[in-house]
Amino acid sequence: MDLHELEAIAEREQAQRPHLRILCCAAAGCQASGALEIKRRLELVLSAAGKLAEVEVTPVGCMGLCGHGPLVRIEPEGTVFERVTPADAEEIVSALEQGPCNVLHCDLNHPFFTRQQPIVLRHCGRINPERIEDYIAVGGYRTLYHVIHDLTPAEVIQIIARSGLRGRGGAGYPTGLKWATVAKSPGERKFVICNADEGDPGAFMDRSVLESDPHLVLEGMAIAAYAVGAEQGFIYVRGEYPLAIERLQKAIVQARRLGLLGAQIFESGFNFRVDIRVGAGAFVCGEETALIASIEGRRGQPRPRPPYPAEKGLWGMPTLINNVETFANVTAIIENGPEWFRQIGTEKSKGTKVFALTGKIRNTGLIEVPMGITLREIVYEIGDGTPDGTPVKAVQTGGPSGGCIPAELFDTPVDYESLAAVGSIMGSGGMVVMDEHTNMVDVARFYIEFCKDESCGKCIPCRVGTVQLFNLLTKLRNGQAQPRDLDTIEELCELMRETSLCGLGQSAPNPVLSTLQYFRHEYEQLIGVEVDHGS
Amino acid sequence: MAAKTLTIDDHLVSARPGETLLEAIREAGIVIPTLCHLDGLSDVGACRLCLVEIEGQRRLQPACMTMVSEGMVVRTSTPRLQAYRRQIVELLFAERNHVCAVCVASGNCELQRLAAMVGMDHVRYDYLSPDCSVDISHPRFGIDHNRCVLCTRCVRACDEIEGVHTWDVAGRGVQARVITDMNQPWGTSTTCTSCGKCQLACPTGAIFPRGVTVGERPHASERIALIIEARKQRW
Repeated sequence: MDLHELEAIAEREQAQRPHLRILCCAAAGCQASGALEIKRRLELVLSAAGKLAEVEVTPVGCMGLCGHGPLVRIEPEGTVFERVTPADAEEIVSALEQGPCNVLHCDLNHPFFTRQQPIVLRHCGRINPERIEDYIAVGGYRTLYHVIHDLTPAEVIQIIARSGLRGRGGAGYPTGLKWATVAKSPGERKFVICNADEGDPGAFMDRSVLESDPHLVLEGMAIAAYAVGAEQGFIYVRGEYPLAIERLQKAIVQARRLGLLGAQIFESGFNFRVDIRVGAGAFVCGEETALIASIEGRRGQPRPRPPYPAEKGLWGMPTLINNVETFANVTAIIENGPEWFRQIGTEKSKGTKVFALTGKIRNTGLIEVPMGITLREIVYEIGDGTPDGTPVKAVQTGGPSGGCIPAELFDTPVDYESLAAVGSIMGSGGMVVMDEHTNMVDVARFYIEFCKDESCGKCIPCRVGTVQLFNLLTKLRNGQAQPRDLDTIEELCELMRETSLCGLGQSAPNPVLSTLQYFRHEYEQLIGVEVDHGS
Repeated sequence: MAAKTLTIDDHLVSARPGETLLEAIREAGIVIPTLCHLDGLSDVGACRLCLVEIEGQRRLQPACMTMVSEGMVVRTSTPRLQAYRRQIVELLFAERNHVCAVCVASGNCELQRLAAMVGMDHVRYDYLSPDCSVDISHPRFGIDHNRCVLCTRCVRACDEIEGVHTWDVAGRGVQARVITDMNQPWGTSTTCTSCGKCQLACPTGAIFPRGVTVGERPHASERIALIIEARKQRW
């Protein structure tokens, strides 16, 4: 495989493609609401009308507005139909000639679409994730060719470092620095790991990216492997994502067949093999040292850091671990240059961030916004407020490691430092909107229950602390708590934050601490009041 | 490599390179509580009792897994650390059913000693009182999960010293249990060599020789280190 062959595939793909195309969302969300049946009906209607040769029905990845799914897009016209049912197939096919039908028409001028800035999601909902030719047709794997043939590993790391890209898994560690550390750490072999063990309640960013554009992540991983000097990569993806696993497997096989993964990529001396490791359902395996233990075949438990995986990781070798979204940013940065990337976002947080917008919000779905956008813009413009108009009370970011940000702080810009300053974290991108009817003690209790069930049990503060905290919050909710119980809650939160072994236990108290900070009266109201939960 | 000089609780202390902070602290005559650490076994940093403050580091670090370095400034028992240690021991007492009055290890128990050491005179948390089983299917030993603190010293002793790995941990969180073989009765284990090293390593009365009664199980964890010492080749 060389550049000419790659171009030839892209040209052949463009030439063979019918002018009219109907793109059917086939990501997990729309599939669950019957997208595959819609695709089948569309094909039936088209073949009955004898138009199968002129119109192609293509399954694509996530189009973003999941709450209005299943979604169908007409290309090249660009119309999007929402809440499509199989019965609408005939109307859609007739709309190909007669113009869009008003009933299902999705407003593409809505801020939900216009306020977004897709970089990671730029191919999502536009290409068939199960065909490598589709990815090559939109320019895929050219960046990898360019990197291998025109850049040294040090130059690649320079570009990533200058771009200001930070880890999208949540903690925001500078990606270029991490790559440089792995590149400089001595080791007989090195590894690249893609962390796709997304487990925060309400988060589906990584799943959507893997289901919609798996080659983008593979290409990013290959570039990272070239930069740090690794020849083996692993994608650690949770077992609850069968569709993502299936599409990744297909993508790896296709890329290997074309010589884009495996030995002597693009006929160079660079080898890179990628294997999938499927998680068995433990949230803690998203923590990097636990993830490594799990890949090694041991019990998925974290170990104290340092040493960090960049020095001693998989089988004791220097290992680069990045999140799905981090890898998905790589090709765009190299294509457009670090200066382009630096222009997007804020001073310390560059680029965009993908969020899964869920909860009491009209436009549930997947969004990609520039860093620095305010929560207000996300909730009221992109999200369009709550479905029934009830005032929004708070937004929860960062899942069980994050916090609740009250409505009066909605002018907070979304970047790593600002979110940390108001007691939450950027996190991997879960964003749960809560309205006035939500009880914040219940929210805190929900997240603590999650951490209690997901604690691995290795260290005492997390193992027992989460249970004690959960019991205290239950007591509080049932109106059986004493004033001193509130002190005990705060004391336990501090203990867990300061003494737990890994990030899970250290950040588990965050939902409690942030709700205590902004909604303390809701806790105090419950002290000494018997609440009847019978109704 | 040159020896390292560090400051522990305002005293200058010298340490060998590659030594852990815990070794240096002990050599300096300072006593800090430990539970999952046992001389002779690998360290896991799980109990969080030996956490210390290191100047210039944001997070507390476990002394058992932190290597000494030149110029390190360490505090081993600030009021904050003392409060955390006491809380951790309280959490342990509340977790399972630690009833000293009927325990074979009473008087020879590391958990009891820890409680005295950190000044735990009562437990402020609600007892979880879990329903734990007792396995006395093995002809020589028994395990009472009511007394287990999940330090995993038995797991490591069995794996690292005896080389058998009969013990492991199953389940997660507060549901985690040490198990033998494929979570089967100990007496049916086909790998157990009945060497008793798990029983030596156990800090509490969880693993005990059958036939002993209250207070009769001697504390013999240091014999694990003796075994290692005895195995060293000296000729």
